[in-house]
Amino acid sequence: MVPLSWYIVLSAVVFSIGVIGFLTRRNLIIAFISIELMLNSVNISLVAFSHYLQSIKGQIMVFLVIAVAAAEAVVGLAILIALFRNKPTVNVDEINLLKG
Amino acid sequence: MLKYTLIPLLPLIAFVINILFGRNYIKDKAHWIAVPAVLGSFVLSVSVFMDVYAGNVINLNLYTWIVSGNFNVPIGFLIDQLTATMLIVVTSISSLIFIYSIGYMHGDKGYHRFFAYLSLFVFSMLILVMANNFLLLYFGWEAVGLCSYFLIGFWFEKKSAADAGKKAFIVNRFGDFGFGLGVILVFLTFGSLEYVEVFANTGSVLGQTMNILGYEVDTITVICLLLFCGAVGKSAQVPLHVWLPDAMEGPTPVSALIHAATMVTAGVFMVARCSPLFNLSPDAMTVVAVVGGITAIFAASIGLVQNDIKRIIAYSTVSQLGYMFLALGMGAYTTAIFHLYTHAYFKALLFLGSGSVIHALHNEMNIQKMGGLKKYMPVTYWTFLIASLSISGIPGLAGFFSKDEILWRAYTGGDLGKFLWVLAIVSAFMTAFYSFRLIYLTFHGKFRGTHEQEHHLHESPPVMTIPLIFLALGAVGAGWVGIPPLLMDHGDKIGEFLAPVLGHPKGEGTHSEELFVMGLSVLIGLAGIFTAFIMYLKKTDLPYKVGSAFQPVYKLLYNKYWVDELYYKTIVKPALIASDKIFLGFFDGRLIEGVVNGIPNLIGSLGQRLRKIQTGVLSHYGIIMALGALVIIGVMIFIK
Repeated sequence: MVPLSWYIVLSAVVFSIGVIGFLTRRNLIIAFISIELMLNSVNISLVAFSHYLQSIKGQIMVFLVIAVAAAEAVVGLAILIALFRNKPTVNVDEINLLKG
Repeated sequence: MLKYTLIPLLPLIAFVINILFGRNYIKDKAHWIAVPAVLGSFVLSVSVFMDVYAGNVINLNLYTWIVSGNFNVPIGFLIDQLTATMLIVVTSISSLIFIYSIGYMHGDKGYHRFFAYLSLFVFSMLILVMANNFLLLYFGWEAVGLCSYFLIGFWFEKKSAADAGKKAFIVNRFGDFGFGLGVILVFLTFGSLEYVEVFANTGSVLGQTMNILGYEVDTITVICLLLFCGAVGKSAQVPLHVWLPDAMEGPTPVSALIHAATMVTAGVFMVARCSPLFNLSPDAMTVVAVVGGITAIFAASIGLVQNDIKRIIAYSTVSQLGYMFLALGMGAYTTAIFHLYTHAYFKALLFLGSGSVIHALHNEMNIQKMGGLKKYMPVTYWTFLIASLSISGIPGLAGFFSKDEILWRAYTGGDLGKFLWVLAIVSAFMTAFYSFRLIYLTFHGKFRGTHEQEHHLHESPPVMTIPLIFLALGAVGAGWVGIPPLLMDHGDKIGEFLAPVLGHPKGEGTHSEELFVMGLSVLIGLAGIFTAFIMYLKKTDLPYKVGSAFQPVYKLLYNKYWVDELYYKTIVKPALIASDKIFLGFFDGRLIEGVVNGIPNLIGSLGQRLRKIQTGVLSHYGIIMALGALVIIGVMIFIK
């Protein structure tokens, strides 16, 4: 039986990888993948707690997160493609139209 | 009840229709709306007059206008003998002048606007005379002032007309400020603004004093003087007379209707209306009488030397209004209203006659460039002559009866009255003189204008001459309702008719004295006419000689005692400088502009700095988000 703390640590590690990836990488697609990592690390901890507490609520939450992640990927990739048509790059540093 | 409401309502409806649809739809048919409306008011007024004559005095509240605590003002009409008389004067003169305007204003591009404003004026004037409380009176009072402004500046493309309109409005503000204070003081003193309640409670206020700058002053005197301020402005008495001669920039029918026959008499009407108050204040009465007497001679003397046909008549109006105030000050309210009523006819006639002359000469107003018009314009000449004889006080005509009565009331009014009587007699001489100077220079002798003008000389169309004839009938016959008892028993019908409202004039005298006063006034009038005859028909070089012999006097009169210049130096110029430097330069330029521009400038510069936060680099946003999340988590942990 794997203790709960292992799952928590795994979740924290994956989340940290996601955060670091999001902050350091310049490629937008990598940034998306990092966000997915963060979302899934949350999923790991949700499922772990669900099992630990013998409650189905955590798993329900996971489905919600998966759905949101899917929707986010759809919208994000659509924006990316629209952006790419106007500006042939996926480098986030060059996408700075919001600069004040 | 509908009858009373319709009297002012008909002209108001005509105004609304003409102002809304005049420019695009009605155009040169505007008189088809306005003339029937005012004629309708006239017919209803006659019927109301009949009711009142039969003893049917009505105080009618139509609508509650303002309620605030114990401040309660209705819109209501008080139809008594005074109002009925005024209704007849206002609507009959207006009807004739409306008809005259069809001819005079024909082809003017503001034709519909003209009739709209005239209708609005008639509405306002009717409200003024019919009101049953001070606030509604004040409404009518200001509304006629507004219409006067519109109509003086009717040809607003002309700078002098626009200026004259402004001048009239601003000068009237001085008087109306006092009038407004007077109305407020009436409410504070009596707790009501309705005539009936105020006049019923005068006894309880008698002797009450108020403290002004440390002096104890009789409250009723203060009220009367403040109300009289308004009358001085509206009725162009010294020292606020300066606007009326300039008001002649407006179209001539306007001068006749507003600036001679009706609106300027509003002050006289108001003082007569407030006679229960004025009766209790001998001091205020003295002020009224003295201002009237001084104005009478002051304006008449200016009229002697002016050359603009309409201005001469304007000064004559100021002078005649002075007579009315003289009578009011003597306590002879009925006499003042009687003169108001006869004056309305012959003065409207004089103005419309001068309008006819101006019309024929294509806007020439200088009488030195006229002459010999008698044979070209017989109707105008004869009606003008009748009006001039009437104003000069020739027996049998309207002006004789009313003017003679004023002189008689002054004569019997004690020492002050005797002094003012002398002023009035001298101004009567001047009146006759300048009226006939005008006649001789305009209608007699040779024509002194250009050949082209002479070629176009013509009598005015019937739509203009017929009102002249009707007014001439008034100028002859209007006085026959006020024949003094000396000449005919129960001849003073108008005095008896008005007595329930205004009381009987005081002052007693013997028959021989009365005959002496009457005879003297007639002689003085004839002497004035004769002097004018000698100077302007027989020895035509005489005016020049007299003028150069009395050069300083001539200059003083010709420049109207330099009153305008005095006001320019002491009031207008300081006001202009203060506006330019203090109000425009400091308050507007620095203070208001500073605040208004300062706030956006501050926000703008703040924004300039703050916008740097938005780098547009995605990872910066990410770090800030992560740090923010950490802070929130930290707070949640440590606060717990």
